[in-house]
Amino acid sequence: MDVQAKKKLGLKEKYAHMTRGLDWETTYQPMDKVFPYAKFEGIKVHDWDQWQDPFRLTMDAYWKYQAEKERKLYAILDAYAQNNGHLGVTDARYVNALKLFLTGVSPLEYMAHRGFAHVGRAFPGAGPRIACQMQSLDEIRHVQTQVHAASNYNKFYNGLHQFRHQHDRVWYLSVPKSFFDDAFTAGPFEYMIAIGFAFEYVLTNLLFVPFMSGAAYNGDMSTVTFGFSAQSDEARHMTLGLECIKFMLEQDPDNLPIVQRWIDKWFWRGYRVLTLVAMMMDYMLPKRVMSWKEAWEIYAEQNGGALFNDLARYGVRPPKGFAAACGDKDYLSHQAWSVFYSYGAAAPFHTWTPSPEENDWLSAKYPSSFDKYYRPLWEFYAEQQKQGNRFYNKTLPMLCQTCQIPMFFTEPGDPTRICYRESDYNGMKYHFCSDGCKEIFDNEPEKYVQAWLPVHQIYQGHCFKEGTDPTAPGFDPLKAVLDWYNLDFGRDNLDYEGSEDQKNFAAWRGMATRNE
Amino acid sequence: MSTVFIAFQTNDETRSIIDAVLADNPHAQLDVQPAMVKINAEGKLVIKRESIEERLGRPFDLQELQVNLITLSGNIDEDDDQFTLAWRN
Repeated sequence: MDVQAKKKLGLKEKYAHMTRGLDWETTYQPMDKVFPYAKFEGIKVHDWDQWQDPFRLTMDAYWKYQAEKERKLYAILDAYAQNNGHLGVTDARYVNALKLFLTGVSPLEYMAHRGFAHVGRAFPGAGPRIACQMQSLDEIRHVQTQVHAASNYNKFYNGLHQFRHQHDRVWYLSVPKSFFDDAFTAGPFEYMIAIGFAFEYVLTNLLFVPFMSGAAYNGDMSTVTFGFSAQSDEARHMTLGLECIKFMLEQDPDNLPIVQRWIDKWFWRGYRVLTLVAMMMDYMLPKRVMSWKEAWEIYAEQNGGALFNDLARYGVRPPKGFAAACGDKDYLSHQAWSVFYSYGAAAPFHTWTPSPEENDWLSAKYPSSFDKYYRPLWEFYAEQQKQGNRFYNKTLPMLCQTCQIPMFFTEPGDPTRICYRESDYNGMKYHFCSDGCKEIFDNEPEKYVQAWLPVHQIYQGHCFKEGTDPTAPGFDPLKAVLDWYNLDFGRDNLDYEGSEDQKNFAAWRGMATRNE
Repeated sequence: MSTVFIAFQTNDETRSIIDAVLADNPHAQLDVQPAMVKINAEGKLVIKRESIEERLGRPFDLQELQVNLITLSGNIDEDDDQFTLAWRN
């Protein structure tokens, strides 16, 4: 970059030429037939040229900066592998956060790639089409870099070997999977609100920033690097989501009620998926950056608050479930981890009880809830475990028809009572974990009655390998399901204490610091 | 008044960028976190190309910010000379 030729065009002119300047109106076929999805959701657009990408990024600059990001990323991944970087993490419990990420989130990046390619094709305007095309390319880059980064761990640790196979089968992975399938099967404008706005703008900071800062804190340079490399695209994605919502609201006042319902729906859908992040932050990182509650206050309450104040000029109000979500911040991570702890035989990662020091940390971060409701539970489990009675729940839970999470969430304002809601539709009863999930179902029951609920599928016998005979004497249904997951019982699952990961990590770290 | 923010990876290149942003926005606050810094500012934050070039000692295209950017919040306005984040309320 020593020599720089004098620029011929300023940023604004270049953007105009390289986006709208390349667009044309079709003549062989009417535009409505070329863009068949542009109108069927009821969103009215009068002038697509009003769409502006404030970054004014054009494809030539895009390739240049993305190439630079890739070079930086792979240099670090190589160095990490060459130096046995995995032995520098705080302890091998940390790797379980990675397993959760790779199985739960990375396949969503691939779906985002497909989704943005699809909606980019569906928009008649050149501005959003190009921005969506870039995001589609970003997303496939993300999944590739994540798989590369995780491959360094897959060589040494259990549970990462079947992430793609498991994403379509494992009970808790149906939560992120169904979230994205729901968005992907919506129209292009709803997809933009779902992923571009609700997920990227309102919620992604809670996923990536604490996760990646947490990885740095726990010595995992490989994850920090893919995370920050992905996140450098994320600022552009968030901006696309925000521009999209402003564009819809500015184009026609009739768009407001449609957009508001999507905001309500997708905030709640995304918030439910983040349950996994909450427990990761508070329980799975050996060294914690901040609590879920603190992250929620910074990124959802403060920043989300500023965002919705800004959007108020269009008549938009904060998402309907926002207050309920804020009310849960003292309970969410603890409730989630206790479910994963008790289902520790059925997931391809390890769980554990927090150590006494970790209990103290949680108590300091959650003074109004931890000692009262959750410390006694962890101390009881730890004591049972010491006596050889590590608790594993073997019965299958009832799932929420909308978010597909086991029904463990509690009533707003009462963390001691499980929240149950139900709706009748076509003579069948459907169950929900919250008002938010019930309302989503009630608005579009035809869609959600089709949900592939893991527990129902297991009971219907759809989750065993071919040739399995459930009537055979001594048949163990849980083992048969785990076999269908390609989960290696005793290696990939159960408690961290006594696991192969734990033993290997101790042995290898010993070898790295001593001559034998 | 609402807060806008921008976060960068901590590295050699962003050191000059962060210095420039803090010098041009006396009301901004620096929040140092593992591997990253977050700059918070009430209402508005302006990033100027010239100030960055002065500190980096080379020409700088504001779109290069994207290489080390982690996240931001606020409405963006960018041209060749400056990059602005602001809430309109």
